[in-house]
Amino acid sequence: MATTYQVDKLVDAKGQSCPMPVVMLAKAFKDLTPGQILAISATDPGSKPDVRAWADKTGNTLLEMVEEQGVFTFYLQKA
Amino acid sequence: MYGEFPLGGQPQEEVLPVPTGSVKPATANRLAIVLFSGTIDKLMSASIMATGAAAMGMDVEIFLTNWGALAFRKGDYTTNKRVSADYADFQSYLLEQMAAKKVTSWMENLEGAKEIGNVHIAACSHTMTLFDLQLADLEPIVDEVTGVAAFIERAHDSAMTLYI
Repeated sequence: MATTYQVDKLVDAKGQSCPMPVVMLAKAFKDLTPGQILAISATDPGSKPDVRAWADKTGNTLLEMVEEQGVFTFYLQKA
Repeated sequence: MYGEFPLGGQPQEEVLPVPTGSVKPATANRLAIVLFSGTIDKLMSASIMATGAAAMGMDVEIFLTNWGALAFRKGDYTTNKRVSADYADFQSYLLEQMAAKKVTSWMENLEGAKEIGNVHIAACSHTMTLFDLQLADLEPIVDEVTGVAAFIERAHDSAMTLYI
């Protein structure tokens, strides 16, 4: 079970195919202030490596990834 | 006989010339794309690369040439159903699947890329002259008309360059 995070923003990217999950993530992250936490859920199997790569490249922190019945939920914190 | 050179002696080793110009290493966090194709399979591929790079925080420079430039004529994308000739038999299947899976169009991808990143799209002046086109004849997503030198200058220090 996931740690409970104080989520500041929720993004639903379920049913969206590549590259939309990372696009929606990048777009939503623009409005966050450093330290805020975003949760994004996606069903695209590519989102698992993609969100990790996005966090690595942009310097933001991927706190946790939870997989439940084919839905990946990522918790990310703005640097 | 194996192990013998037909004319005798050792093969000449070709000495490649060492570039003497100022070839600087690629440094800019930028993806450069030469978009030559106007079929939707390749336009889709290029748009996804551009969007992915923009999401990853890279700048994107796209140079539209030949069919790639024609595909950006005003309104053309709404009716363009062309696919690569070598996969023409997949055309109806591809269109069906794209509709069924609600895949975003290549134009929507590029619009999304512009929203999240620094994406610059230029049309090749040679192609524009060839087909009697003006910047105003193209979709507003195209920023300007440039020559090949301007693109090469931008591609020169880009981290990656693709030809699609």
